[in-house]
Amino acid sequence: MKLHLKIWRQKNGEEAGKFVSYELPDVDEGSSFLEMLDIMNEQLVGKGEQPVAFDHDCREGICGMCSLVINGEAHGPQRATTACQLHMRHFKDGDTITIEPWRAKAFPVVKDLIVDRTAFDKVIQAGGFVTARTGSAQDANATPIPKPIADKAMDAAACIGCGACVAACPNGSAMLFTSAKAGHLNLLPQGQAEKDQRVMKMVSAMDDAGFGNCTNYGECQAVCPKEITLDFIAKMNRDYAVARVRNFFNHAC
Amino acid sequence: MELNSNIPEGPMAQKWSSHKTKIKLVNPANRRKYHVIIVGSGLAGASAAASLAEMGYQVSCFCYQDSPRRAHSIAAQGGINAAKNYQNDGDSVYRLFYDTVKGGDFRAREANVHRLAEVSVNIIDQMVAQGVPFAREYGGLLDNRSFGGAQVSRTFYARGQTGQQLLLGAYQQLSKQIGLGAVKMYNRHEMLELVLVDDDDGQKHAKGIITRNLVTGKIERWAADTVVLATGGYGNVFFLSTNAQGCNVTAAYRAYKKGAGFANPCYTQIHPTCIPVHGEQQSKLTLMSESLRNDGRIWAPKTKELAQKVRKGELKANDIAEEDRDYYLERKYPSFGNLAPRDISSRAAKEACDDGRGIASTGLGVYLDFRDAIKRLGKDVIAQRYGNLFDMYECITGDNPYEVPMMIFPAVHYTMGGLWVDYNLESNVPGLFVAGEANFSDHGANRLGASALMQGLADGYFVLPYTLGNYLGKQGIAKAGKISADHPAFDEAEKSVRDRIDKLLSIQGDESPRSFHQRLGKIMWDKCGMARDKQGLTEAIQEIQALRKEFWSRVKVLGEDGELNQELERAGRVADFLEFGELLCRDALMREESCGGHFRSEHQSMPEDPEVKAGLISEGEAKRDDENFAFAGVWEYMGDDVEPKLNKENLVYEEVHMATRSYK
Ligand SMILES: Cc1cc2nc3c(=O)[nH]c(=O)nc-3n(C[C@H](O)[C@H](O)[C@H](O)COP(=O)(O)OP(=O)(O)OC[C@H]3O[C@@H](n4cnc5c(N)ncnc54)[C@H](O)[C@@H]3O)c2cc1C
Ligand code: SF4
Ligand code: FES
Repeated sequence: MKLHLKIWRQKNGEEAGKFVSYELPDVDEGSSFLEMLDIMNEQLVGKGEQPVAFDHDCREGICGMCSLVINGEAHGPQRATTACQLHMRHFKDGDTITIEPWRAKAFPVVKDLIVDRTAFDKVIQAGGFVTARTGSAQDANATPIPKPIADKAMDAAACIGCGACVAACPNGSAMLFTSAKAGHLNLLPQGQAEKDQRVMKMVSAMDDAGFGNCTNYGECQAVCPKEITLDFIAKMNRDYAVARVRNFFNHAC
Repeated sequence: MELNSNIPEGPMAQKWSSHKTKIKLVNPANRRKYHVIIVGSGLAGASAAASLAEMGYQVSCFCYQDSPRRAHSIAAQGGINAAKNYQNDGDSVYRLFYDTVKGGDFRAREANVHRLAEVSVNIIDQMVAQGVPFAREYGGLLDNRSFGGAQVSRTFYARGQTGQQLLLGAYQQLSKQIGLGAVKMYNRHEMLELVLVDDDDGQKHAKGIITRNLVTGKIERWAADTVVLATGGYGNVFFLSTNAQGCNVTAAYRAYKKGAGFANPCYTQIHPTCIPVHGEQQSKLTLMSESLRNDGRIWAPKTKELAQKVRKGELKANDIAEEDRDYYLERKYPSFGNLAPRDISSRAAKEACDDGRGIASTGLGVYLDFRDAIKRLGKDVIAQRYGNLFDMYECITGDNPYEVPMMIFPAVHYTMGGLWVDYNLESNVPGLFVAGEANFSDHGANRLGASALMQGLADGYFVLPYTLGNYLGKQGIAKAGKISADHPAFDEAEKSVRDRIDKLLSIQGDESPRSFHQRLGKIMWDKCGMARDKQGLTEAIQEIQALRKEFWSRVKVLGEDGELNQELERAGRVADFLEFGELLCRDALMREESCGGHFRSEHQSMPEDPEVKAGLISEGEAKRDDENFAFAGVWEYMGDDVEPKLNKENLVYEEVHMATRSYK
């Protein structure tokens, strides 16, 4: 198929960027979206033009590295699919496709389609863990966990940390990402001891990193490639409220 | 090159515990004086970094991705083994040890494997304590499945995302330490050189690395008391593999060029169940978890004529009658059937395709069929077990596996070879430790399913924290933190990195690094893939040498050094693959036997062989030569374009009797 591409080009974080148009005469519909970009880049190199920089690694929808806004949608038109898992058979011969980076205050552009997502790591560093020093664990079956709870925790833990939720949110909020991690750990017995601290610290790290507030647009859920649901945001809000109250009384007494 | 495996004395089952009581410890108050560099943040690197930081060492950790959470361990689907025997089906440390030694076709070091089996149980405890949401039964206890040819259910899993969940567990623990300032994390930093410094014991010790900041292009020096490489496998030397795009051999290969032995590079694992190649523009191959083989049946049409009709689109898989289907694994290996080990299953698929019975438009594919399982168990059960894998398959191919059989073909997946290490995971370069897929230690010539995750975490959590301390303790506190990055050895290493980058950028030829990589991959796959022979390997070596020359005169690397430059990154990795590929072929040529993932067409069982006559194995199976090849082949760098030298670590089997691997 033949495609017209409009791609965001930006030399680095300091300089302004712009859309540049490219023509691709022949793309196999079995190719993935990123393979289509590979083909385009090979063409550019052939012509002596700088190829387009974009993030990617696993190319199987799990590492969370790919991060493209395709025709205005984070990860493109397919539901529950990362950009790397999107295939060209979902486009038509002659289509025009616009490709942009994630756009959010907390994710500054590094180059072309690449952004800096270290703000996510900071949220996890603040409290997205269970403290269990190496070698200190009890037998794995000592604490049974009801299957529905383990399954729900797994639903949340499936988050790949891609940041599409932030890119899609008009406020640039990281609530879906943060609530997925907090939800995963707070649901499990192993996560109870640090539950209050966890949610308070993660929320405050999220604010410090420059993510916006959640005003319930729900765009995040719509683009999430792992189908993380808004329930986790509701759960985190509850956990947060409880933690605040408990914290207040603990300090008051 | 001196290869001392340092296997502790004593009976197999006591080696590790007695070793632990004898090795040197570093006093807790002194640990903060030592600086440890860990390259890699996969299961091996992240678990080591977190554990060593918890113990009090100063740790710096490096990865090339934008976050440690994205290391390729994330992509593992199927599961992780552990000898917990929660299913009461007769599993034990000994059985896991035995299976791993046998599965590795008697080319692994027994003592290491035994330790791996011992600590496997601690891994599960540790990961559960960290909140890894493994699959559970309704009673709330952990669920297990049988995986990759094991006859017990010892595999723990988290849906089809076990690697992701384990890595996130280790990443979270690492993140805590980063937050505390105990680990300094350097994302988007690529290690391009290892730095060796003369020690007063007359040897060169690993004391630092040189990296390139992938955002700014800045070349930086890092000094430390010891260096750990946990940089993953080199499957991308084949261009197409199930590895992530950035997986590379650079770190390990740089260490090799600095004197570390590279062991068994030819042991590469070809995974039987991947989605077939669709065309020239393909950039990677996607694995379909092996767990599918628990319920799916593998077959090819019985005749060439039928297969040809399928390829032409005149006949659909579902229209092929039962009696025209060859369930070749069930036929050839009745007791293991569709669960036969990876190397055996892959070769059987290749045989069917070589025989003209392959499907898919290319003729390079066989079926993995769920029709009977759906009939037996119902669609819901199958959806529960494999739903996400079926979705992934449909997303990539556009076919619905509930209705038509999947098409699969083998693909390069894992590399058993790696830097040589002793029992302590220390290479022959003092102070250089190697963990995870990057070392050669535990899987011999073939890795069993669900054992790589186990090994990565065993190395990082339960081995290195002891053995690294042993090295540092022996070095003594007087040396702690004494090497600085101003040492002349760093000048030299940094200069070589800069020169190479300048050279890559100066050629400005007419062919992209990617195109060279693709061409290398084709040579490797055609002549050093699932079946290898002397003639093909000899040709491959010459072709790679010629391609390398071409690369250094015709490669075109656009852009500059002082910026984010993915072309330059790729060019550097491809340049190393172009040297390493030759080493791999040399190793394959040297090893005049077939074992595990290494199959030499000249060495296969013949109808007149006693084992074949006795019905123990079929004709055409891998034929080991224990008399002449029961050793790890460890290559020593002798200079550019000079033949490397082969060193041998002889493998002695005290516990497991060397026998022909039979899965009949
Ligand atoms: C698709 C797939 C499925 C798999 N499924 C299973 C399974 O079900 N069970 C199982 O046991 N095993 C499985 N494996 C194998 C297993 O996942 C890997 O062997 C294992 O995770 C490797 O871990 P590692 O820590 O050694 O390396 P990796 O996780 O690959 O990490 C390597 C690290 O090194 C860094 N790095 C590499 N080079 C450099 C450099 N030059 N400079 C700086 N940093 C560098 C990377 O950034 C990364 O952080 C699977 C593998 C694949 C590809
Ligand atoms: S919640 Fe969904 S969209 Fe957000 S980072 Fe996680 S996987 Fe990506
Ligand atoms: S490249 Fe890994 S999720 Fe897309």
